[in-house]
Amino acid sequence: MPNKLLLVLLVLAFSIPAQAKETAADNYKAYCVQCHGMEGNGKGVNVRDMSVIPRDHTDAKAMSGRSDEMLFKVIKEGGTAISKSNLMPPWAGTLSDEEIKDLVQHLRILCKCKFGT
Amino acid sequence: MKRCVMVMLLGFSANILAEGMLQKECASCHNISAPVAQTLKEAFAKKGPDLSYAGNKYRQEWLASWLQKPERIRPAGMYYGDHIKPGAKSDEIDPATLRDHVALSKADATAIAAELMKLRPHDDLIAKEKIEPGTITKQMGEMNFDKFWGCMACHLIEPDFGGVSGPELYTAAKRLQPEFIASFIRNPQAWEPKTWMPNKEVSNGGIQKMVDYLQVLSKETANAK
Repeated sequence: MPNKLLLVLLVLAFSIPAQAKETAADNYKAYCVQCHGMEGNGKGVNVRDMSVIPRDHTDAKAMSGRSDEMLFKVIKEGGTAISKSNLMPPWAGTLSDEEIKDLVQHLRILCKCKFGT
Repeated sequence: MKRCVMVMLLGFSANILAEGMLQKECASCHNISAPVAQTLKEAFAKKGPDLSYAGNKYRQEWLASWLQKPERIRPAGMYYGDHIKPGAKSDEIDPATLRDHVALSKADATAIAAELMKLRPHDDLIAKEKIEPGTITKQMGEMNFDKFWGCMACHLIEPDFGGVSGPELYTAAKRLQPEFIASFIRNPQAWEPKTWMPNKEVSNGGIQKMVDYLQVLSKETANAK
């Protein structure tokens, strides 16, 4: 009986595709750079015709005015969730909560800042 | 009878040749038969769009025509990050890094297009979409596209307006099946888990309007030529 259980568990383990977590640096490179720029300065390749320029992630003053919770919310639900531009899309369908938390920490590295400092 | 057999044999050999070309030449830049990219590492490495679901995605007549006279669809290449550089005002496309698609003869293009249309692993997703024949004014469509959904951030709606990290959309309705457009907007990750395209939770009505707008846009582009 334990052998059968083990077999069932093994089959289950291999039939569920493991969605490996991506690093924050790679997620930033894939999804954020197109608008926020190679250097995170808000000057991405897409910005030319935008009515609202993306946030400069290296701007410590502006970024320290955003709490981690707010950054999490805007990445997950998009700009309108914090009354900002809808040009910032929601990434809930792309990134896991854990990946979004890692991205928030990545933003803190880019701005060299913390909330309220 | 002999002529009939000859025609069948020629057709059969054209199929085999096209299949061979797909597996050899096309597969050097496109995924044809493996699962789509499941990791960012795989997504970054893509040299061309995934063709493993080409039959669910493209219009056959467009494929046959485009393969004879290819024009760039993704202004910044497949993974835009490999084709940009810092510029004076913002990051810019680095044209020196972009490669043109090879042009095929009419016979090869027609045979390859027919072969690609056989690749339909997502008939289930396509069957879920019900697109009604409809239209929308260009002005209304543009308002939805630019202002309401913010799609212009990543897509061009004319050669000189919009974002460049995604494929241009002013010929989208000519190249893509309407049900594919609808399905991809509804859930891009169902097709490509690592795509740069976000799921904006667009409603059925919103999707229909977007499909109508892209049709208006493609007709206008065709008339302008």
